[in-house]
Amino acid sequence: MQLTREEVAEIAQLARLALGDAELDALRVDLVAILDHVAALGEVDTTGVEPMTHAVPTVLRLRDDRVEPSLPVEVALADAPVVREGGFEVPAIIKAG
Amino acid sequence: MSDELVFASAAATARRIKAREVSAREVTDAFLARIEARDGALGAYLAVDAAGARARADAIDAAVARGDEVGPLGGVPVGVKDVIVTEGLVTTAASKILDGWVPPYDATAVARLRAAGAVILGKLNCDEFAMGSSNERSGYRPCVNPWDPTRVPGGSSGGSAAAVAAGLAAATLGTDTGGSIRQPAALCGVVGLKPTYGRVSRWGAIAFASSLDQIGPLARTVEDAALLLEAIAGLDPRDSTSVDAPAPGLRAALGQGASGLKVGLPKEYFEGAIDPEIAASVRAAGDALVAAGAELREVSLPHTKYALPTYYIVAPAEASSNLARYDGVRYGHRAAARDLGDLYARTRAEGFGPEVKRRIMIGTYALRAGYYDAYYKKAQQVRALIKRDFDRAFEQVDVLLTPTTPAPAFAIGSKATPIDMYLADVFTLACNLAGIPGLVVPSGATAAGLPIGAQLLGKPLDEATLVRAGKVIEDALGGTRRPPAWTTGGAA
Repeated sequence: MQLTREEVAEIAQLARLALGDAELDALRVDLVAILDHVAALGEVDTTGVEPMTHAVPTVLRLRDDRVEPSLPVEVALADAPVVREGGFEVPAIIKAG
Repeated sequence: MSDELVFASAAATARRIKAREVSAREVTDAFLARIEARDGALGAYLAVDAAGARARADAIDAAVARGDEVGPLGGVPVGVKDVIVTEGLVTTAASKILDGWVPPYDATAVARLRAAGAVILGKLNCDEFAMGSSNERSGYRPCVNPWDPTRVPGGSSGGSAAAVAAGLAAATLGTDTGGSIRQPAALCGVVGLKPTYGRVSRWGAIAFASSLDQIGPLARTVEDAALLLEAIAGLDPRDSTSVDAPAPGLRAALGQGASGLKVGLPKEYFEGAIDPEIAASVRAAGDALVAAGAELREVSLPHTKYALPTYYIVAPAEASSNLARYDGVRYGHRAAARDLGDLYARTRAEGFGPEVKRRIMIGTYALRAGYYDAYYKKAQQVRALIKRDFDRAFEQVDVLLTPTTPAPAFAIGSKATPIDMYLADVFTLACNLAGIPGLVVPSGATAAGLPIGAQLLGKPLDEATLVRAGKVIEDALGGTRRPPAWTTGGAA
């Protein structure tokens, strides 16, 4: 299959990865090789086959509706890169114009 | 003298501590001293908690002295793969993006090990986010094979396997998404058990591919693997995929022999490129089962060749979704950035290594708008056919016997392309796709002295038959051996 540098750059943007040209070129080669390999699945007739969900037949279980203890705020924030007033601080969400 | 402490089975060590023949502190100190002296050359550990381990060992000794119950693993020093979170002990998944992260909670499997009396020595090296088959993709340092330091220990749980083989932990926890417990167990010559999907809670296992990931033990003996699984298995309200199937009494299967057992040899596992010494070793394991009264039968798993392409859609797709959480906001690495979008993209570009980026890219491609049916859904359908192959085989036989890897431990740096590396897992992937349990037991060595492991695959929730057959192979073929360079008198 074919994949252009622009398509790889678009995937990188969707994946939130700021990659340079050299990385994009290397990934383009790898992605083509891997996608060629997985194309073998096209040979398999899967008409009417239900996609697999779990190895053991299970029904979705609901947890008891009970209040459980949660982490204290200071513990939850202990590993945060930047903290301000009991919250995670991040740079401007709207791009600086 | 300390060789006898560090190469003893976990079961024997627990018995001796309970009988006060040796103290938990002595055993823990023996392992810590060995890690200090020798792990520099091995690379099995990313973090060692010497103070925590000693305090825990002292508490076990005090409990034994009082006559209190200390649990089936009371005082046994274990290591934990670094993708499994440990409260207060740095956990990175071997990734720079989680550099220095100290989790505020224990994984359920870790909490259960502690409740069973285990002493946690530290965190074990692996491929970054468990993505790899050689431990070469660790974001920190390589781990080498104790049998030959120019070769890989396998992966992704390379540190977990190497530590057991080299006597740097009595037993360890690993995770297995496509073979990451079993392949390194085979390459390092130890026992590795990947439980049925859902048998062990994934709460606190840093997610790679959620429909495939499973925590399990690596150990010196089949009995030890069973002992650890008994301790960690069972329903957990925090993991909705966990199955209400605790595994008490798994060790009762140890003495049941193989009389009347129907063992299947899937022909597709012996047809492709497979090292003749490995094929011969697996046949020797089959002969051992026959000598113990089992019957061998050829079976077919016709969709075997599609396991690798199926896996390389399902696993990266789920990984690309799971790894979206590493964005520099709440924990781990944060890049300098102008705005929030820039923060995400730069943090992830700086923090993730090349293999992780590759898999995120494949997964993002497969899941993008308009591609879902062609890739992820198609793969999940083929996956159902792979599972159906196993269901049909298990109508004829009780357990399957296969090679674990196509070749023994390979040289560091020898896999040139991603696909070359992925092929190292060609015999282990289908087990995860089908969600069935798999056990690897040492079955001998190559003429060059590299370990070989035989793989047993079982029906869902039938780890007992794996333990039963695995024990027969272990007894007949000698089980886990000590790497010469890691015994007293061996090269330091």
